[in-house]
Amino acid sequence: MPSLPDIMTPDAETLAKAQGKGRAAPLEAGSPEHDLFTGLTRLGDNTLILGHRVSEWCGHAPVLEEDIALANMALDLIGQTQLWLGLAGEIEGRGRSADDLAFLRDAWHFHNVLLVERPNRDFGHTLMRQFLFDAWHQPMLRALEDSADDRIGEIALKAGKEVAYHLERSADLVIRLGDGTDESHARMQDALERLWPYVGEMFHVDEVDVRLAHEGLMPDPASLRPAWDATVTEILAEATLIRPEGEFFHKGGKQGRHTEHLGHLLAAMQWLQRAYPGAKW
Amino acid sequence: MYAQMVISEATNDDPAKLEAFQARVDANDKIEPKEWMPEGYRKTLIRQIGQHAHSEIVGQLPEGNWITRAPTLERKAILLAKVQDEAGHGLYLYCAAETLGVSRDEMTEMLLSGRMKYSSIFNYPTLTWADIGAVGWLVDGAAIMNQVPLQRTSFGPYSRAMIRICKEESFHQRQGYDIMMKMAKGTPEQKEMAQDALNRFWYPSLMMFGPSDKDSVHSAQSMAWKIKINTNDELRQKFVDQTVPQAEYLGLTIPDPDLKWNEEKGGYDFSEPDWSEFYDVLKGNGPCNRDRIEARQEAWEKGRWFRDALTAHAEKRAARRVAAE
Repeated sequence: MPSLPDIMTPDAETLAKAQGKGRAAPLEAGSPEHDLFTGLTRLGDNTLILGHRVSEWCGHAPVLEEDIALANMALDLIGQTQLWLGLAGEIEGRGRSADDLAFLRDAWHFHNVLLVERPNRDFGHTLMRQFLFDAWHQPMLRALEDSADDRIGEIALKAGKEVAYHLERSADLVIRLGDGTDESHARMQDALERLWPYVGEMFHVDEVDVRLAHEGLMPDPASLRPAWDATVTEILAEATLIRPEGEFFHKGGKQGRHTEHLGHLLAAMQWLQRAYPGAKW
Repeated sequence: MYAQMVISEATNDDPAKLEAFQARVDANDKIEPKEWMPEGYRKTLIRQIGQHAHSEIVGQLPEGNWITRAPTLERKAILLAKVQDEAGHGLYLYCAAETLGVSRDEMTEMLLSGRMKYSSIFNYPTLTWADIGAVGWLVDGAAIMNQVPLQRTSFGPYSRAMIRICKEESFHQRQGYDIMMKMAKGTPEQKEMAQDALNRFWYPSLMMFGPSDKDSVHSAQSMAWKIKINTNDELRQKFVDQTVPQAEYLGLTIPDPDLKWNEEKGGYDFSEPDWSEFYDVLKGNGPCNRDRIEARQEAWEKGRWFRDALTAHAEKRAARRVAAE
């Protein structure tokens, strides 16, 4: 096979800068600022993408009280996103706001775990996803309260109050639906099995996590597993659901390698900002 | 969000009781759920409050259409809070209607089978982000015109629900106007979207007050009972007089070439909406009637297993408690 001709514009970067589209050089990978920026976008992207997924239910929930509860949870998660991504932009020091990070980054720069971008499917699947995430989110925020960076501790303290309620609610509903009718039990067991391969990524450690933990900025994700296991074992037992055995897990979200679903989500979410660059809303 | 074209029910009660009841209403007493009331009063209220509640629920759909595309995190949060309020309004209103002896599930079934209506305004689509501004500014603005007087309505639970709802609705209207300000002062495309939204929502908003009083045969009894406080035309005039200067401030044009200030009456003269369109939408031929009701039917049907499971679990718990005693 002949080699393909080079059709790249040799000086694309200079041309882009001349059009005013160039950005300041990105942070150097492995630098403390880059690590912290990455850690913060992991937190903020989790809440952003899950908040978005939850908000997709608006007006379609099975009962009015659930419409209210889901809107409330989405609202909490979007509020937390503003704080995490706001701080990420500040740490980055390139003048990007929380909105710039949410609406103008491409999918491969998003650092959320794959679990939160999984589609809603039925209401049971949505609740199971929420429960598996909440059971991680709560100990994560609790550990972040002790971060060496006070700004992180303050956000974690505020978010933790909201998330304690999220977990109470999602756990309660998992119990009710698991131990409800035969149909609800089957739906919840199916949701659990579908989502199980996305659990392990929340505890998977990469070199950024190691350095952040070493600096006392964020906890080692693996250290959150015992608390998560305890919650999940207790709630699943009460819900009469069987904990799946597989240890395999999909990963890559934290490093920017996502499922096909994220691109569609971002296409909707980012559309106005992308279609009308620079407009104020 | 509110009820339109509510037909008062005829009443066939003991004249002495009716007279005493009317005297209480005239004296601005609040009527409470367990007190005697004419059958027509009860039925008309169920229909009116139920229709209002349904409007809050169906009203989530055109706004929910933009939650996933809201242009900033703050706008997304505000819109979520607004839609959450609306679901909450639905809940208080269903509760108020339940005090009259009809359950929420019964009212829901009536909505889904087309036996009860919701406000026709929600049968219009939200096509651009500016529509979210226009819905807050014009649709919530028109709803507030109706609801502020209803805080003084004769039925206690309805009046108290209205007092809470009005506080939140005024925040909704402000956020809508705030979106319009950003759009109207924004880029040429944003301004175009803002004008287009006003063009499409102006006449449907005027229709929200219902047909002209001269064509509205059912108003008199409701007004005597203080279920309805002002006439449709009074409220429509008030809405136009309030809204025209707001549009001028935005630099937008009301899509009515005959709109002009009438010094003598101290208000604007304006064109009537096309009432044949109003009746078409009411009959089910609006742009979104079928989509809206199908979305609600689907949510209800797909949620059945969830509701059944909660009931089954509650029964199991109760049985275990009994067994343990």
